[in-house]
Amino acid sequence: MSTTTQPPATERELRRGSLHRHFPAALLAACAAVVAGILLAFSSFGLVVWGLLTAASYAIVVVAVSAGVEGGRKAKDRLVTTLVYGCFVLAMLPLVSVLWTVLGYGLDRFDGYFLSVSMNGVLPSMDAGGVYHAIVGTLAITGMATLISVPIGVMTAVYLVEYARGRMKKTIMFFVDVMTGIPSIVAGLFVVALWMILFGPGVTNGAAGAISLSVLMIPVVVRSSEEMLRLVPQDLREASYALGVPKWRTITKVVLPTSAAGLTTGIMLAIARVIGETAPLILTAGTSAVAINWNLFDGQMMSLPVFIYAQVRMGGAVNYERAWAAALTLIIVVMLLFFLARMIGRLFAPKAR
Amino acid sequence: MTMTDAPEAGTPPRGKRRIGDTVFAGLARGSGILILVILAGVAAFLVIQAWPSLRANTANFFLETGWDPNVRENPSFGVAALAFGTVLAAAIALLLATPVAIGISLFIVFYAPRRLAAVLGYLVDLLAAIPSVVYGLWGIGFLAPQLVPVYSAAARHLGWIPLFAGPASTSARTILTAGIVLAVMVLPIITAMSRDVFHQVPQGHREAALAMGATRWEMIRLAVLPFGRSGIVGGAMLGLGRALGETMAVAMILSPSLAISWNLLQSGNQTIAAHIALQYPEATGYGVSALIAAGLVLFAITLVVNMGARYIVARGSKESR
Repeated sequence: MSTTTQPPATERELRRGSLHRHFPAALLAACAAVVAGILLAFSSFGLVVWGLLTAASYAIVVVAVSAGVEGGRKAKDRLVTTLVYGCFVLAMLPLVSVLWTVLGYGLDRFDGYFLSVSMNGVLPSMDAGGVYHAIVGTLAITGMATLISVPIGVMTAVYLVEYARGRMKKTIMFFVDVMTGIPSIVAGLFVVALWMILFGPGVTNGAAGAISLSVLMIPVVVRSSEEMLRLVPQDLREASYALGVPKWRTITKVVLPTSAAGLTTGIMLAIARVIGETAPLILTAGTSAVAINWNLFDGQMMSLPVFIYAQVRMGGAVNYERAWAAALTLIIVVMLLFFLARMIGRLFAPKAR
Repeated sequence: MTMTDAPEAGTPPRGKRRIGDTVFAGLARGSGILILVILAGVAAFLVIQAWPSLRANTANFFLETGWDPNVRENPSFGVAALAFGTVLAAAIALLLATPVAIGISLFIVFYAPRRLAAVLGYLVDLLAAIPSVVYGLWGIGFLAPQLVPVYSAAARHLGWIPLFAGPASTSARTILTAGIVLAVMVLPIITAMSRDVFHQVPQGHREAALAMGATRWEMIRLAVLPFGRSGIVGGAMLGLGRALGETMAVAMILSPSLAISWNLLQSGNQTIAAHIALQYPEATGYGVSALIAAGLVLFAITLVVNMGARYIVARGSKESR
């Protein structure tokens, strides 16, 4: 660590010592141990306090030591490195905490019974009932939203990549971006307003929910599909044209199949995004359905996210248990979609390059 | 149309018009136009349905804080308190999230081991995959109880700052808790945008800085941050748009009342989006129309913020090319 030869004074500036490669890790471990020891001695050990004190003491010591051995610039660099690592750890805390609490509280009630019965005839405070009707509603509403959004979204992406030029292209791309930013509650209000004009006030059904979800889903599908279509090599299109294949056959037989894996990934991520949407469904599909309802066009329809919200609003202990278990169900569904999407994207991606 | 010009790449040579081509091109163009129609429809239907209550409103819609539209005649309501709460919650979220997001993206792009970087980035993306209603449940069922002692300590020691004046709420269902949860929700958005621009920093700039003997932090300060500024600002504004419009986490966490209060440790504020979700099931008379009017305000605010964000990002990426 210390230099063995003694260089002249002018050169010493340039050749200051540096800390050993493993010094930070060792110091961090030492800080953690010392802080844990002190906390245990005062018998006030808490994970959060321990983490905070360890981080703080590590930052102070490492900067002080580095300033002494390596000089001010290196010390500043070490401080920033510590902060940057700290930021990442800080961001992981809520992720771990959310998953941990949902798992911890949710497992109490999460079983075959909970997944297979509805709330029909169950009083809010009774120790019974489940989410089957909400799963049915989520499947139906999200399914219909997907059926609406995917053709519109993919065709718009085809238009943007294969056909559109100039101002029209810029306009549509800009407004797709704008549409991505529509708050979900506004999408719900839009359908409320539309339904009031079409069917009169107070009409709630699954179809209304599906349309409000489509407003949120279409721009996501457009953006991801557009990216995927742009990845298709130009040579493939030109080879097809050279064979005399018309443009629309080229798109349907060459471009779309080539990008199929990417399109599927994008669509599944879009589904994962809207399947947890709550606010628009509260306005459009209602909050009080308790029975199994497969009909999108008749009556209120419960869904998993709205179920969580409705149970929390009731506020009793059993209601919270149901809410946590439903949250666990929803997170499992979303994570499955998320991982499946990545798997498909990785496994079936075109092998080019 | 002249055949002497080399056709643009991707355009097949023009021959006879085929029916299939015409139909398919029409469908594609129709979808694109449909998106414009939907967006125009959102604005138009909201205006149409908001108009009756706005015309009947006896109070000034933008200055009134009360909310009393659930009557057959002479409704009186306004968005002043709601708009204030919306902006306050989003501002808290942004203040907390932006520095952390910059740190995370620096970590993923410049600090993390190459092989791990993709996985770590994916973990941050998972934060965006968790539905907002689950964040709301976590906020009220787990986070708020944890924050109660922190808030009362803050009120005791920092009470001389008006923002933290006591007595602290005993349930911690305050605008600060909502802001913290919103910060977690916008974190992945800001991170994604700044990560993208950090990846685009020219290798040459970074290596030049390092070759001059700069430490890693000096390289970041001299080469990365100036280059990435527009991406960070744009990402933060996109996050702002998301935080302004977020409904469920706020609706579940806040215990609402319609006041304009700077006090972060006491309940009293409410946001537009959460107000709509909470009030809609009970709305009668002019109620629904008034909520649609509030939604229109939210729509306008987020529209302006998002357009500004896109403009900044687009201008930044043009300059860097």
